[in-house]
Amino acid sequence: MMYDWLYNLTGSEILAAVIQSLLPLFLFILPFALFAVLLERKVSAHMQDRLGPMRVGYHGILQTVADIIKLVQKEDIIARDNDKLFFNLSPLIVFMGSYAAFAVIPFSSVFLGSNIDLGLIFIVAVTGLVVAGILMGGWASNNKYSLLGAMRSAAQIISYEIPTMMIIIVVIMLTGTLNLYTMSEWQTSYFWNWLIFGGPGFGLAKFILIPFMMMSALILFISTLAEVNPTPFDIPEAESELVSGYHTEYSGMKFAMFFLAEYANMFAVSAILSALFFGGFQSPFGYLGNLFNVPALIPFEQFFWFTAKGIFFVFVQMWLRWTLPRFRVDQLMTFCWKYLIPFAFVILIIVGLITVLL
Amino acid sequence: MTTYDIIFYLFAAVTLVSAFLVVTNRNIVHAAFYLLFTFFGVAGIYVMLGADFIAIVQLIVYVGGILILLLFGVMLTNKITSVDIKTGTIHLLPASIVLGLFSGALAAIILNTNWTQVETKTAEGTTAALGNLLINEYALIFELLGILLLIAMVGAASLARR
Repeated sequence: MMYDWLYNLTGSEILAAVIQSLLPLFLFILPFALFAVLLERKVSAHMQDRLGPMRVGYHGILQTVADIIKLVQKEDIIARDNDKLFFNLSPLIVFMGSYAAFAVIPFSSVFLGSNIDLGLIFIVAVTGLVVAGILMGGWASNNKYSLLGAMRSAAQIISYEIPTMMIIIVVIMLTGTLNLYTMSEWQTSYFWNWLIFGGPGFGLAKFILIPFMMMSALILFISTLAEVNPTPFDIPEAESELVSGYHTEYSGMKFAMFFLAEYANMFAVSAILSALFFGGFQSPFGYLGNLFNVPALIPFEQFFWFTAKGIFFVFVQMWLRWTLPRFRVDQLMTFCWKYLIPFAFVILIIVGLITVLL
Repeated sequence: MTTYDIIFYLFAAVTLVSAFLVVTNRNIVHAAFYLLFTFFGVAGIYVMLGADFIAIVQLIVYVGGILILLLFGVMLTNKITSVDIKTGTIHLLPASIVLGLFSGALAAIILNTNWTQVETKTAEGTTAALGNLLINEYALIFELLGILLLIAMVGAASLARR
């Protein structure tokens, strides 16, 4: 695939690996963050009946570029009592954790960082690095708001990892693989074959599965949403209580790295949702490449469909962010432990019975 | 030096240096954070040995679970209640005797084992084989471990309620 092609092009293992691992960053995360920040501001503005950024470029298209130029110029402030080493290391670790998830996300059948068997679990594992990085930043800032924000964030991510894992196990039972690429291939290219509609093949099992799959997709969406901390779940950053949570003390490029990691994470969880339940890179209506007999077109179409699905779910996240009020801490925990986890367990048992009996 | 060697020495260096910092650092929160890099390096070495599932589980259990728990404990007791946790050196003589015995035993095992050289080959996924073994061959041990974990969980919950 991609790696072999790069290897033939450059003739060096290391160079090919480095280029391949940098591709998602420069081809995807940075342009996506530019686009998503603008999208967020525009979406929030229109939902609140105002215009949003309008001055820089046509309808404010270049606003994010201007913001980035401003961020790069800013002074990097490190207070005297900050823990210098960990204060500087924390943004790197947080960004590394959310960037590592992109290594296994199948953008198309060709553009895919690493086709490892454990892709799905790998994403869950590197999320642990994000938690550790957030705790590190909160502690090293030597600021009570930062520490409280970091604690809340870690507690929230760890609690909501349980329903996420339960739903992931449901999907593993149905597909029999942990490989995100195989999973996307398995849900072949018409929308009634996606896992949310019971997976490929027509039978009794498919129709029984449909309601449970829809509930699983909803639970997965909610619980991964909680791991990214947008507003219904933004207790770690609650502006009215904690200034801005674990990155209160950060300025300039370090703040920008937290910001970039957050947007990368937003897309990563949307990508997991679409790879598990919405066919991954598969087109909902078949491929133009097959219609006109141009096989070279198919990977580009797949890339288009994958990013389109991802950006749609990012849009839904923004939509929720600007319409729902914030949870209280006890409501957050009640919602996770008393509603999501029991439902996820029931789905797990029922789907297990269906896969065994039918 | 192949690419494989370079990556191996990189992970080995990360593991050793951070492990050394964990035991020598006086600040206990720093020590806990350095442990993150040790776990990460060990996970990398597991990958180099072809044990992909173990590596991922290492990351999930140790970095995502145990380390976070450790950090919570250390941060809450050390920083907020402003009680200093002393990390000094005590019991030098017994410690050095035990350490000497242990490293002697390790060295003897390393020197006396008949190491066999195996050709490096591309690692294959181990997850399916591991799952089959756990459910078919070692089902009893697997279930016993599950019950043990359940008992530990119930015990922890009942202790926390008190």
